[in-house]
Amino acid sequence: MNIKALLAGITCFGVAGLAAHAGQDAKLSIDGEVLTTQAAAPAHTENLDEIYSGWLFRSGETQALQLDDFDNPGFVFVDQAIDEYSKVDGSAGKSCASCHENVEDFAGLRPTLPRVEGAELVSMEDLINNCRTERMGAEPWKWSGGKMTGMTALIGVQSRGLPMSVAIDGAAAPFWEKGKELYYKRVGQLDMSCSNCHEDNYNKMIRADHLSQGQINGFPTYRLKNAKLNSIHARFKGCMKNIRAQPFKEGGDEFKSLELYIASRAEGLAVETPSVRN
Amino acid sequence: MKIFSLITVAAVFCASGAKAEPVAPSDVKFEDGAVVQSLTGIVGDPAEGREVFKGRKLGNCLACHVNADMPEESFHGEVGPEIAGVASRWEEAQLRAIVVNSKMVFEDTIMPSFYRDAGYTRPLEGFEGMTILTAQQVEDVISYLQTLKED
Ligand code: HEC
Ligand code: HEC
Repeated sequence: MNIKALLAGITCFGVAGLAAHAGQDAKLSIDGEVLTTQAAAPAHTENLDEIYSGWLFRSGETQALQLDDFDNPGFVFVDQAIDEYSKVDGSAGKSCASCHENVEDFAGLRPTLPRVEGAELVSMEDLINNCRTERMGAEPWKWSGGKMTGMTALIGVQSRGLPMSVAIDGAAAPFWEKGKELYYKRVGQLDMSCSNCHEDNYNKMIRADHLSQGQINGFPTYRLKNAKLNSIHARFKGCMKNIRAQPFKEGGDEFKSLELYIASRAEGLAVETPSVRN
Repeated sequence: MKIFSLITVAAVFCASGAKAEPVAPSDVKFEDGAVVQSLTGIVGDPAEGREVFKGRKLGNCLACHVNADMPEESFHGEVGPEIAGVASRWEEAQLRAIVVNSKMVFEDTIMPSFYRDAGYTRPLEGFEGMTILTAQQVEDVISYLQTLKED
């Protein structure tokens, strides 16, 4: 009897739009500032009418962890990055702070990345490692290692609340096209594309997971599952492995192009870095 | 006497059935959205098939299909249609086609092909040239699905 009712409830979900699941009417308000978690889809995202932050798809308990920076476990790593920021490293005897005195000056950077520099598409991780190797004479950090995700969170949080807005025209266009192609390409033994789950089936349950649109406005994201900050490329890698596809290399051209394309699909959603997910 | 010879015949049949190679994935014949021939010649075991249906490392069908026959499982996916009563909607041969290669029945479906070993892009290391289920697991899950009739 109970089970029947439960199953009936489950089938109702997908139909009624986002309001059907608990927590989706919730407002993401941090320190009195309300962040934009829903917006009209940009014109270049033809198959969606509305775009939604992944936060809306999480349970009430998970959502709550993002409402207060003292409860948000991601801030432990932001704090570590604050220390790292002024730590001298490498042959030039410099720290980040030697060149960028106030980390607040990075406000506005997160929503515009990745972007084209010269002939290359660069993500925030590239910018950070470029400073380390070229200006500090230090070793580059691992793309998804703890120091890197902490630093991308620290720099990213300076833009919290600002709308995502990457350039996709001009020199960025070929990268964007490539990213789009990857987004719709079926891969792996399960033969699925990102769009199969995050465009065609968002707001439905896939076993125990409530599918979101797979937006990246909250990255790096603290996951309860592994209790650390997770980079964008590490998440891409995880989704590819789940469909039994050989992932692309973190920091490689494929994932950077995919990052640009997916960032463009989030145009108008607020930067939530560091977000909390399960 | 009669009974004895019957048993002998059955034994011979079973023995040869067990020895026969399953139909290779590339040799499966689709006709009008159906696969008539059993992949193994051995009737599937519905109890095993039930395990295949819910096993996350097997069919993981439950990831996408609500199944009223499995109230003991707490998470049922909603990506595909509810599976209840499926045997009243599809014949055995159609069910075999859907499980072997759903794309032969539903164009552009998200549902994976469970008995196809080639034509994939970037299969994960260790899964190259492999099917998701074995031929017998496919027969088992089909036998299980056939127990799901409309009441
Ligand atoms: C089989 C279904 C499936 C496929 C295919 C899939 N994902 Fe996911 N993805 C999930 C699930 C489940 C989650 C966790 C819940 C959620 O946020 O949707 C997730 C989460 C994500 C997130 C995190 C969203 C957030 O708010 O934190 C991103 C980003 C993402 N996926 C990107 C991708 C990309 C890129 C691809 C293709 C390479 C892809 N996914 C393919 C199932 C899938
Ligand atoms: C990733 C999602 C997914 C998985 C996993 C999946 N299916 Fe499906 N299935 C679907 C969808 C979606 C449809 C509807 C066909 C369509 O229009 O795409 C479907 C249709 C079916 C149908 C026809 C149902 C009807 O009532 O018409 C059967 C039978 C079926 N699936 C069986 C299975 C079995 C058995 C497994 C596991 C061995 C399985 N499915 C795994 C998504 C899935």
